[in-house]
Amino acid sequence: MGDVAFHTATTVDEALSLVGDGSNVKVVAGGSDLIVQARGGRELPGNVVAIHRIEALRSLDASGDLTLGALVTHADIVASDAIRSTWTALADASAIVGSHATRNVGTIGGNVMNASPAMETGAPLIVLDASATLRSAAGGDRTVPVEELWTGPGKTSAKPGELLVDVVVPSLPAHSGSAYVRLEYRRAMEIAIVGAAASVTLDGDTVTAARVALTAVGPTLLRSPAAEAAVIGTTGDDAALEAVATGASADATPISDLRANEDYRRAMIGVIAKRAVSVAVRRARGEEFPIPATPVFMEGSGR
Amino acid sequence: MKHAATLNVNGMAYPVELEGDATLLNAIREDIGLTGTKTGCDDCECGACMVMVDGRPVNSCTYLALQAEGSEITTVEGLADGEDLSAMQSAFLDKGGVQCGYCTPGMLVSAHALLRRNPDPSEEEVRIALSGNLCRCTGYAKIAEAVMAAAKATA
Repeated sequence: MGDVAFHTATTVDEALSLVGDGSNVKVVAGGSDLIVQARGGRELPGNVVAIHRIEALRSLDASGDLTLGALVTHADIVASDAIRSTWTALADASAIVGSHATRNVGTIGGNVMNASPAMETGAPLIVLDASATLRSAAGGDRTVPVEELWTGPGKTSAKPGELLVDVVVPSLPAHSGSAYVRLEYRRAMEIAIVGAAASVTLDGDTVTAARVALTAVGPTLLRSPAAEAAVIGTTGDDAALEAVATGASADATPISDLRANEDYRRAMIGVIAKRAVSVAVRRARGEEFPIPATPVFMEGSGR
Repeated sequence: MKHAATLNVNGMAYPVELEGDATLLNAIREDIGLTGTKTGCDDCECGACMVMVDGRPVNSCTYLALQAEGSEITTVEGLADGEDLSAMQSAFLDKGGVQCGYCTPGMLVSAHALLRRNPDPSEEEVRIALSGNLCRCTGYAKIAEAVMAAAKATA
């Protein structure tokens, strides 16, 4: 690593002034992504601005819409009863990030701004229709739906000098449920081979609204319009779930890398999307289903 | 660029001069000289470097040392009371939870942090709490037994 000046901000205004025009500077919250990347060859710039002491960014407010300050950790998310009961897919995701040590330092803000297409919380935030609030010294606040924020692997539409201050997740209609499911080779310290999140709303037994998003099968997190269309208007029955699987596999654009090849990812994303939709429907019906929903098995497994 | 800072480790204040990108692991081992905390993968995977920051387990290899200024850091050296081992350390010895010993400091930190939050864990909870600590010797059975025994001993 190189010659790095370290700064600690204690207010958002101080952080924005230290970040300046965004050149030769990196913001660090927990550091779990940044330091690994720095060792992997993406060297730290000349200035690091640590925001971990900004108390205002730690707040978690679930009293209406869910507002997550940028420094809310995965451990905070998993511990929140409101998130577990209402925005359940997000709890499913944060519960399986890294290990407890990762979840203690890893933040929602860091996760969102690191913009990995394999991030666990990405697909849940998309299906839950989340937006990021970006603040700049010159421009004040602007709100960007997360789907528009992520533009490529490690790339966002945030402008230089903008700081993510919070992530807002709208409240949900009655009879809604959501889930995130990951395909994994091991239980901990894992990165998704593929993953899928689903959020559904029921009227009686019928799915009237559905969003499905896919993890690690494209340059960004992807919505799957085909999987969504396959389940809307159905009861989430086996035929609908098979159509969800076919739709998700068709919408995926995976690559081959060391974790899996393209064909395997395309085949498995269907299975995982089907499981995510199935669990979301069961939760929307009021059935108890464990958090995290990974690993998830179909009927008869005892889960 | 060197930054003057004070790190609080195991109740002692250590004045240090650190590069902006120094990791907490290197500060603890190289600058402060406490070598109980191990360098394993040095890539946030194995848990050998685990310490507590304000009571919560953290992989010190991927934590900037200067971010820990103002926090209380606990390393494996801080778990014993002088020469008296903690109940957890004794249980690791009694149950054969230590073989080569390289993962042991991180295991002990994770296990202490678990019992602090959850004094009466199930074996599954123990295994989940230790899932960020890799051991290539024991197969984990004796480590899990040791944590369960320590929980019983301190209940």
